[in-house]
Amino acid sequence: MPDLGKYAFTVLSAYGATLLLLGGLVLVTWVRARSVRQRLAEAERRREAGNG
Amino acid sequence: MSLWEYANPRKFIETTEKLVPALSVLAVAALATGLIWGFFFTGDERRMGASVKIIYIHVPSAMMAINAWVMMLVASLIWLIRRHHVSALAARAAAPVGAVLTLIALVTGAFWGQPTWGTWWVWDPRLTSFLILFLFYLGYMALWSAIEAPDTAADLTSVLCLVGSVFAVLSRYAAVFWSQGQHQPASLSLDKKENVADVFYFPLLVSIAGFILLFLALVLVRTRTEIRLRRLQALDARERMA
Repeated sequence: MPDLGKYAFTVLSAYGATLLLLGGLVLVTWVRARSVRQRLAEAERRREAGNG
Repeated sequence: MSLWEYANPRKFIETTEKLVPALSVLAVAALATGLIWGFFFTGDERRMGASVKIIYIHVPSAMMAINAWVMMLVASLIWLIRRHHVSALAARAAAPVGAVLTLIALVTGAFWGQPTWGTWWVWDPRLTSFLILFLFYLGYMALWSAIEAPDTAADLTSVLCLVGSVFAVLSRYAAVFWSQGQHQPASLSLDKKENVADVFYFPLLVSIAGFILLFLALVLVRTRTEIRLRRLQALDARERMA
């Protein structure tokens, strides 16, 4: 760990906030993509069953 | 083959299927390399001390906050001129990513400003135009959600995007236009003399590459989701009619 001296709080807080926001964005994107893909697959199955 | 073939939703989904994992791996690799290199293996700057390490997150996020809006502007213009639905959905998909990047730029800027300027915030031209850009992102997303008819929503948000582009440009050039305020001019330039020292410059470039790749990967994933959601809504509507 580098010696950040009197800047430790600001530097670590900036990195912490960035990782938190980016991590949250990636997580939300992934969860929503997965959920929509599953719902669409189910809807397509229902449509094919209805047509069949 | 024409570029406009990718405006076909099915073609877009097929093409991006393999692109997303590759971009994601490259984004993680570039981000990890740039940030670890910058944080652990570069020294302090003469005037800013160790606070210079914030440059590896602040500059790329600020740069991509503006570029995200530019990408949305191009996609919105394509929608308005050629009426390709994928471009409107890509603009919609990019907005939350751009908003988060703008928020990161504002937050890291405040953390950097405190030890450098002695204050978390000043009503400086660049900071203020960035705050307004963030509000435009929120307004853009709210407008998409508020209008039920998808084509009307795409039309109105495209116009809002055109208006907001003024602030995207101001965010980039405010320090140059007004030559006042606390914020320094650009840290990076095609003119090598204006750049930061090499020891900070190279890890910063890798970090910027990481942010660009992450932005592309996220926008592609979100655009694919928007396309699927549109299809899902069409199928649901058909089911209700039957």
